[in-house]
Amino acid sequence: MSSPPAIAKPPRERVQDWPRIDRFAYYVCWAAGMLLCAIAASIVLYMLYRGIQYLRPELLYTRPEATPDQSKSGGFLDPMIGTFILTTIGVALAALIGISVSVWLTEYGRPAGLARFVESAIEVVAGTPSIVLAIFGLLVFQSSGLGFLSFEAEGGGVFGRSFFAAGAMMSLIALPLVVGATREALNAIPRHVREASYALGKTRAATIWRVLLPAARPGIATGLALGMGRIAGDTAIVVILLGGSLLTPLEDAPPGVDVLRGTGSTLTSYVYNNSPAGEGGSPEKAYAAAFVLLLIVIALNFVVDFISRGRKPGVQWIR
Amino acid sequence: MDPLKSPPPPRRRIRADLHPTVAEGDDGTASFAAATRNGTAPRHRAPERKVQRPYGLERMRVEDLVIAYAGKPAVDGVTLPMRSGEVLALIGPSGCGKTTLLRSLNRLVELTPTATRTGRIVLDDEDVDGLDVTRLRRRVAMVFQQPNPFPMSIFDNVAYALREQGSRKPRAAELRAPVQEALQRAGLWDEVADDLDRPALRLSGGQQQRLCIARAIAAQPEVLLLDEPCSALDPRSTAVIEELIGHLADTLAVVIVTHNLQQAQRIADHVGFMYLGELVEYGPAAEVFGSPRDPRTRDYVEGAFG
Repeated sequence: MSSPPAIAKPPRERVQDWPRIDRFAYYVCWAAGMLLCAIAASIVLYMLYRGIQYLRPELLYTRPEATPDQSKSGGFLDPMIGTFILTTIGVALAALIGISVSVWLTEYGRPAGLARFVESAIEVVAGTPSIVLAIFGLLVFQSSGLGFLSFEAEGGGVFGRSFFAAGAMMSLIALPLVVGATREALNAIPRHVREASYALGKTRAATIWRVLLPAARPGIATGLALGMGRIAGDTAIVVILLGGSLLTPLEDAPPGVDVLRGTGSTLTSYVYNNSPAGEGGSPEKAYAAAFVLLLIVIALNFVVDFISRGRKPGVQWIR
Repeated sequence: MDPLKSPPPPRRRIRADLHPTVAEGDDGTASFAAATRNGTAPRHRAPERKVQRPYGLERMRVEDLVIAYAGKPAVDGVTLPMRSGEVLALIGPSGCGKTTLLRSLNRLVELTPTATRTGRIVLDDEDVDGLDVTRLRRRVAMVFQQPNPFPMSIFDNVAYALREQGSRKPRAAELRAPVQEALQRAGLWDEVADDLDRPALRLSGGQQQRLCIARAIAAQPEVLLLDEPCSALDPRSTAVIEELIGHLADTLAVVIVTHNLQQAQRIADHVGFMYLGELVEYGPAAEVFGSPRDPRTRDYVEGAFG
């Protein structure tokens, strides 16, 4: 009884056998990836440490107080509400404009020159730093015709800073993300699906409403969630266009248009104002607020991940 | 490999300098008349058809149809009748214009910006150019190569054509009967009856294609266009759909484009062979496959036999 002859295995390719330059590049790539993980982990862990250290439940439901005594300066309820209001306004506007623009670009897009122009306009908006958008927004919303969006002084001067103004400029930050995701989703729908709808005697508009937008919904939701994260995290527009007050005037319950015309703060501006870089009043509270902000943004990222992975395999058309 | 797929068409053996027999004088109709006289004996293994249906009412007709993309004709002077109660199969090598011809019948070809058309397309003695395009497409329905249910429930897919443009009216309760009828005619009712609210994209490929057929026939069209409806399906689903097409042809005029010659033999009553945009031969299926009169047709169907 002799065992069958061992089948010669081809030698396994090992990194050690690679040319030196390839090996070097390989390890550099590996190290870059590891470094990135380390940075992300240290941010989260450090903020977690600071957050646990400084975050008190009462900070989440007490309002900021203007007092030199930090033990009585309250929490960041108003900034949290401000972040929520601003994100809602910004995302709502971005959704309205972004989805409309994407539908026009993918489904109509004629004349071609105009479509190219619109595309480059979106790229310009995407490339503009938010501080530039903020300054530009101040210029726009201080014009005398737009007083109804913020407060108007006796002499006719317009303050130009409000949730409306900041939300409008915030929508421009989210807009390119919404347009990008929506266009990608619409372009992923095969042409024959549109034709199937036309072939049933449906108009282009009905096809868009009943077939294309529902099919693109996961993509649109991904774009909106990405946009939310960007808005929640932006500081420049808040500092310039939402005014310097930490308090959001919520006295007239239920808060109505006056709140939106008024000034306020968000978590980002709260962090800025309390950090040593700002007025430096209370770095502990800045850490606590930054931790909450980080949690919100990470949660949004998970939402994006969930939505874009949530698409079941097989729920796709043959191209 | 899909056993039902035919071998590639013998394009090298086709001599393009020969004139088509049907093109002399009164193209399509001439061979149709010849067919009714029931002429020559088949030289090849002619497939035995179970039932040769009597010729039905002419529903649709194209006359001297020329469709060009950017000036280059894809369909070149085709005249062809489509009758109720029969299956007309359009065969021919890739790029011969059969799909373009099919897409012109419901004016879907007009979505291609470079496409131009001359010649008449007549639906029940009415020029289709005079019809509202959304009305035309409800009367001349179409099923595509790839199953393409919409991202909504099975019920809403079938009800889609019955509803007003973008709206959700009429409501589900009023549409139950016509939706059920369409699903029954498409042979899908028994498989989906217990859960019509299931997303249509969860169905299997063959079920999806039958759903697309149900969706197409829900609005009671007069003509059903099928563009290679089985090419993305497995042989078992193909057989189901072929049988279904046979039943549908009792009440509808069915036009099917297929690359699969065996399929054309199995289901077609009449066959049109197209080559380079021309309708080279048209006649009863047995005649086109059994005793093709044009050498190009013979080369094409023989290549498939061999």
